[in-house]
Amino acid sequence: MKKRMLTAAFAGLLALSMALAGCGGGQETQQSANNQQSQQPAPAAEPAQTGPKQLIVGRGGDSVGLDPITVTDGESFKVTENIFDTLVSYEEDNTNVVPGLAEKWEVSPDGLTYTFTLRQGVKFHDGTDFNAEAVKFNFDRWMDKNNPLHNKEGFEYYNDMFGGYKGDETHVIKSVDVVDPYTVKFTLNRPLAPFLQNLGMSCFAIASPTALKEMGPEKFNEHPVGTGPFKFVEWKRNDTITLEKNPDYWQKGYPKLDKLVFKVIPENTARLTALTSGEIDLMDGLNPDDAQTVKDNKDLQLILRPSMNIGFVGFNVEKKPLDNPKVREALAYAINKPAIVESFFAGLGQPAVNPLPPSIWGYNSDIKDREFNLDKAKELLKEAGYPNGFKIKFWAMPVPRPYMPDGVKIAEAIQQDFKKIGVDAEIVTMEWATYLDKTKKGEQEIFLLGWTGDNGDPDNFLATLLDKNNIGGNNRTRWANEEAHKLLMQAQSATSKEEREKLYKQVQEIIFKDVPMVPLAHSTPALAAKANVINYKPHPKGSESLEKVDIQQ
Amino acid sequence: MALLSYTIRRILMLIPVLFGMSIVVFSIIHAIPGDPALTILGERASAKAVEELREALGLNQPWYLQYFHYLKDILTGNLGVSLHTKVPISQEIGPYLAATAELTVFSMLFAIIIGVNAGIISAWKQNSWFDYIAMLVALIGVSMPIFWLGLMEQWLFAQELKWLPSVGRDSTRDPVMAITHFYIIDTIIAGKWDQLRDVIDHLILPSIALGTIPMAIIARITRSSMLEVMRSDYIRTARAKGLGQFFVIYKHALKNALIPVLTVIGLQTGLLLGGAVLTETIFGWPGIGRYIYTAIGNRDYPVIQSGILVIATIFVLINLLVDLLYAYVDPRIKYR
Repeated sequence: MKKRMLTAAFAGLLALSMALAGCGGGQETQQSANNQQSQQPAPAAEPAQTGPKQLIVGRGGDSVGLDPITVTDGESFKVTENIFDTLVSYEEDNTNVVPGLAEKWEVSPDGLTYTFTLRQGVKFHDGTDFNAEAVKFNFDRWMDKNNPLHNKEGFEYYNDMFGGYKGDETHVIKSVDVVDPYTVKFTLNRPLAPFLQNLGMSCFAIASPTALKEMGPEKFNEHPVGTGPFKFVEWKRNDTITLEKNPDYWQKGYPKLDKLVFKVIPENTARLTALTSGEIDLMDGLNPDDAQTVKDNKDLQLILRPSMNIGFVGFNVEKKPLDNPKVREALAYAINKPAIVESFFAGLGQPAVNPLPPSIWGYNSDIKDREFNLDKAKELLKEAGYPNGFKIKFWAMPVPRPYMPDGVKIAEAIQQDFKKIGVDAEIVTMEWATYLDKTKKGEQEIFLLGWTGDNGDPDNFLATLLDKNNIGGNNRTRWANEEAHKLLMQAQSATSKEEREKLYKQVQEIIFKDVPMVPLAHSTPALAAKANVINYKPHPKGSESLEKVDIQQ
Repeated sequence: MALLSYTIRRILMLIPVLFGMSIVVFSIIHAIPGDPALTILGERASAKAVEELREALGLNQPWYLQYFHYLKDILTGNLGVSLHTKVPISQEIGPYLAATAELTVFSMLFAIIIGVNAGIISAWKQNSWFDYIAMLVALIGVSMPIFWLGLMEQWLFAQELKWLPSVGRDSTRDPVMAITHFYIIDTIIAGKWDQLRDVIDHLILPSIALGTIPMAIIARITRSSMLEVMRSDYIRTARAKGLGQFFVIYKHALKNALIPVLTVIGLQTGLLLGGAVLTETIFGWPGIGRYIYTAIGNRDYPVIQSGILVIATIFVLINLLVDLLYAYVDPRIKYR
C-alpha cells in the first residue's frame, strides 16, 4: 500500500519534469538542423533561408527616444542613424565630412553663409518630399523656443553646438532660408569653424515635417519618420526595436537587409551566450576578457570600434607642487601606459599620446610619447627641487566609464609607480556627482577623468578640456596657457580646414611640453558578430547606419 | 459575517501601511547625498540646467509642500513622468508589470509544485535517502546565487545543448504581437500555437532561476510543517480508522500543514515581483525589476519612486490575499 503511494507521487514528479523537458526536447532536433545551415534557432524562422534577411543586434540598453534631436545617448543614436539622414555625413572610419542629404555646399569667404544644394528625389518614409522647406522646418523647430514643436526642456545638443537658441547673444545661426526647392542657405551671426562638422552629428537629422506636425513631438519620439535606409516598425520598451527596409532609399542598391532588430540584453555574458546560440547576430559591449573566446570561435568574428575618447590623468596646475611643469613632466615619466592598457583595458585600447584620439583629423602624429622611465622621473624631480618626493592626493573616479574601466584600480597601479620616485599619493574617491562638482571647482590635486567626443571636431577635445575659457567648466586642470588659448581661438574662427589642422597640431605640441594632463588611453570598444555578417564598419562616434551590412547565405 | 468584517478591517489597516510607504518612497530623492538635480544631470550640466531641473522637480519648495504635491499626484493616479524617456510612468509601466507577472506566476508554479511535493515526501519518508537528498538540494537551492545559476543554465541549455532559448520573452525572429502584454494570453488570442510554445520555452530557464530559492524554502517549510502535523492526535485517529497513507497525508495532514506554507508562498511571490532584477537582467526580460534597476543607473528618480511604490502596493495586496486565504484553508481560524 505504502509503496504504491510513493510510486504515484514519484510518477507525478516525473510527469512534471518530463513536461518541462519535453518543451525543449522537441525543439532540439529542429534547432540542431537549423544551426548547421543558417544559425536561425527559432522554428518559426526557418523560411529565413530563402526569405527576408534580418539582422538582430544585441545591446546593453534601450533607446531613450527616437526623435534624434531630443536625445543625447548612444543607444538612441544607434537606432535613429538608420531611420534618419543628416545634411552632411562622415567617412566610414573617421570624422571627415562627406555629403549626405546635401550633395554639395559653398561657404562664403567670411564664413558667414553656407549654401547647400540638396539631393533631389529623396522621400520621407511617409511619402512626402525631402526639400529645402523640410530643412528649414527642422532648423526653425530646433532654434526657436517659441516654435510649437520645440521641447520645453530644449534640445541639449543644439544648445551646446550652436551657442543657444534664437535670440541668445551667443546663438550662431541667424537664419535658414529657402533659395529654391533644392537649395537652402544658412546665414550665421558669427563664423563657427566646426559648423559642417556639427551638421553631421546624428542628432541633427532631418525629420518629416508632415509626420511631426500630425503626430506632435511626443508621439513622433516613439514613431519616427525620416529619410534613412530603414523604416520604423515597432518599439517594445526595454526589449526590441524593429525596423524594416526602406525600398525607396536614395542610395541605390541599399539597404541590403530586409529587417533590422535591436534587442536589449543587459548582461554582457548573457548577450554573448545569445550570440553563440544564434538568437542574435551581432552584439556590442563585449567584455574585454571575452575577446579571446570570440576570436577562438570560428562561427564568430571580433570587430573593434575605432576610438573617439580619451582617459587621462589630470593635474590641477593651481595646486603646489603641480604648478611646476618639471614636476608634472616627472610624473608623466612615472606612468606606465602600456601596462595600464594591457591590464585594465584587456588590451582593447591604445596608449594615448595626445588628448585628441587618432581617429579625429588634426591629430598630431609627429609627437613621440615619453617612455616609462623612473630614473628620468627622479632626475626631473630633483631638478624641480623635490629630491625626496612629496605627498599628494590622487582623486579617482568611483564609476566605470568607457574611457576608464576602473578608476580606483588604475589609480592604485599608478600610485605604486609614484611611490618608487618618492611621491606618496593618497587615493581619494567619492560619489560621482560630488566628484564632478568638486573637480569642476578645482578642489582636487591629481585626478582621473576622460571625455568622449561629440562631433569629431578637434575643438571638441582640445578647447573643451584645456582652453582657459573652460576653467570652471570642463577644463578641470585649470591650465590657463595664453599661447594655447590664442591658437585655439584662432582655430575656432578659421574656416579653412587646413589652417585649423595646423593650429591644432601646434596646440598639441604645447600641451605635450607643458603637461597639464597625461593622456592615458583611447579605449576601443569591442563588438562580436556571427561570421556570416559582412560589411559591418563601426564608426568612432559610437553609432552607424547599417545600410551596407549584409548576411552571407 | 465574521469573515466579512475581518476583511473590511484588514483592508482598512492597509491605509496606514500605504501611507507609511508613500513617506518612505518620497524620501528616496532626499536621502541621496548631494544635490539631486546635479546627480541627475551629471558631468556636462550647466548651472542653468541644474537650476531649471530643481525648479521642475519642485526641489526649491519646502519638503512638506513637496510631499503634499506628491501625495496628491499618486492619489489621482499620476505616477509622474520618466526623466529619462519623458513618457508618463503610468503609461510605461504596464508592459513591464505584465512581463514580470508572467514570469512570477511561472516561477511560483515551478516552486510550489516541486517544493510542496518534495516537502511532503520528505516528511512522509523522514530520514530516508529521498529526505536527505531533497533537503540537501533544498539547502543548495536556498544558498544558490541566482546570477550564477542563470548563467550556468544559459551556458548548458542554450549554448551547449541548444534545447532552450537563453534570453527574452519571445523569439526576436518571430516576435509576438503584444495585445495584453501577457504573451501566453496574446499568443492564445492570436491562435499562434507555435509562438505559444516559443513563449513557454522562453519562460522555462528564467522561471527555474527565479523559482529555485522559493522552491527550496517552500520544500523546507512544508517538510517541517508536515512533520509537526503528522504527530498530532487527529492524524493518529485517521490512521487508526484505517485510512490509506496517501489519503491521510494529502487530505487530512496537508490542509493543516499548508498554513505556514501559504504564508511563505505569499511572501515569496511578493519578493519575486520586485526581486527579479537579477533574473530579468541575465535573461534580458523586460520586466519591472529591470525597469527600476535601469532607472537607478539613469538617476531617474520619478521612475524609482513610482516603481517601488507600485511593487510595494502589490506586495501588500498579495499579503492581504494570503491572510484572507487562511480562513478558507483552515476554518478553525476565527477572526475577531
